[in-house]
Amino acid sequence: MAEFTLPKNSRVQQGKTWKAADGAKNIRRFQVYRYDPDSGRNPRMDTYEVDLDKCGPMVLDALLKIKNEIDATLTLRRSCREGVCGSCAMNIDGTNTLACTHDIADIKGDVKVYPLPHMPVIKDLVPDLTHFFAQYASIKPWIRTESPPPDRERLQSKEERAKLDGLYECILCACCSTACPSYWWNSDRYLGPALLLQSYRWIADSRDETTGERLDELQDPFKLYRCHTIMNCTRTCPKRLNPAKSIAEIKKLLVEREH
Amino acid sequence: MSFRTPLGRARGLGSAKRGTGHWLAQRVTAVALIPLTLWFVASVLIHMHADYVTVLNWMHSPVVAVLLVLLVAILYYHAYLGLQTVIEDYVHDEWLKVSTLVLLKFICILLAVIGIFAVLRVAFGG
Repeated sequence: MAEFTLPKNSRVQQGKTWKAADGAKNIRRFQVYRYDPDSGRNPRMDTYEVDLDKCGPMVLDALLKIKNEIDATLTLRRSCREGVCGSCAMNIDGTNTLACTHDIADIKGDVKVYPLPHMPVIKDLVPDLTHFFAQYASIKPWIRTESPPPDRERLQSKEERAKLDGLYECILCACCSTACPSYWWNSDRYLGPALLLQSYRWIADSRDETTGERLDELQDPFKLYRCHTIMNCTRTCPKRLNPAKSIAEIKKLLVEREH
Repeated sequence: MSFRTPLGRARGLGSAKRGTGHWLAQRVTAVALIPLTLWFVASVLIHMHADYVTVLNWMHSPVVAVLLVLLVAILYYHAYLGLQTVIEDYVHDEWLKVSTLVLLKFICILLAVIGIFAVLRVAFGG
């Protein structure tokens, strides 16, 4: 049946507070989710006081400052620090977003940082995305053709290329999918907004010759139709894309080919 | 314990290759219910203080009887589609899910048939 409460070992407890150095004037408190499943202990919220006068402007700057100068045991993923790799996706101030492009100045009060919701946690802010990327592989995210390959590039008109705008920018950070209640309840079968947007990216690609097969694969009560247009995906996307629209386009094409 | 690969698990049983009909039916019945419900609510308001015989005469009209049958049939079909979605969303135990879905289908069909039978009985002056 549906589960309404967290199991006992998942209840988040109060953790340690790390005071800022004396003389710091511009202090901001960061409350960060800490969890090490191997330790057998419950998750806890540690509080770090960060001197913003000696810190970069983004949440990732503060997290790295904490890791470098306050508490080296804090674990997080990050790579490009400019919003193109998707590694530092996490739940900041109640919204899934990229720590590297989220301005501390945009947050009122204490900065609360959690891992992406409803994913297994490997440690602290690092979620296990194995299933997410296996689902990505399952949609065959590459061009599939049967015609003999041309001697040169596969051509597209400007209009055909324009159809990929708003789709190719997706960096697979998983912010949208992990913001989706349908993905929370049924991610074992539902593909979720990120991978449906990626699916549509190949359906909309004029060079791909397997549009029908792709639609066949998606037409399923769970893979696609668990989307109930909740719209959390579009609201949370840190790249300002619109996964909900891509899903609607897929649904429209499925209706179109039946009439 | 399973040594199944993540891709194998993600693919699962594959696509059912259906679902569009369900999705479309849910929307078409919703649209159909808008005028039917407005008409029904307006009719109930108009007859709020009417006596029994007036209401019976109203229901003897073929137009009214047909609309009422449509209302009952589409209402329960729409309710079934919606509740089916809710059960699929939240019930994860396979056995419980299938039995709840079958039970739901029985209940919706039963209530729809009772409603339609009642309308026809009045319409045909039973």
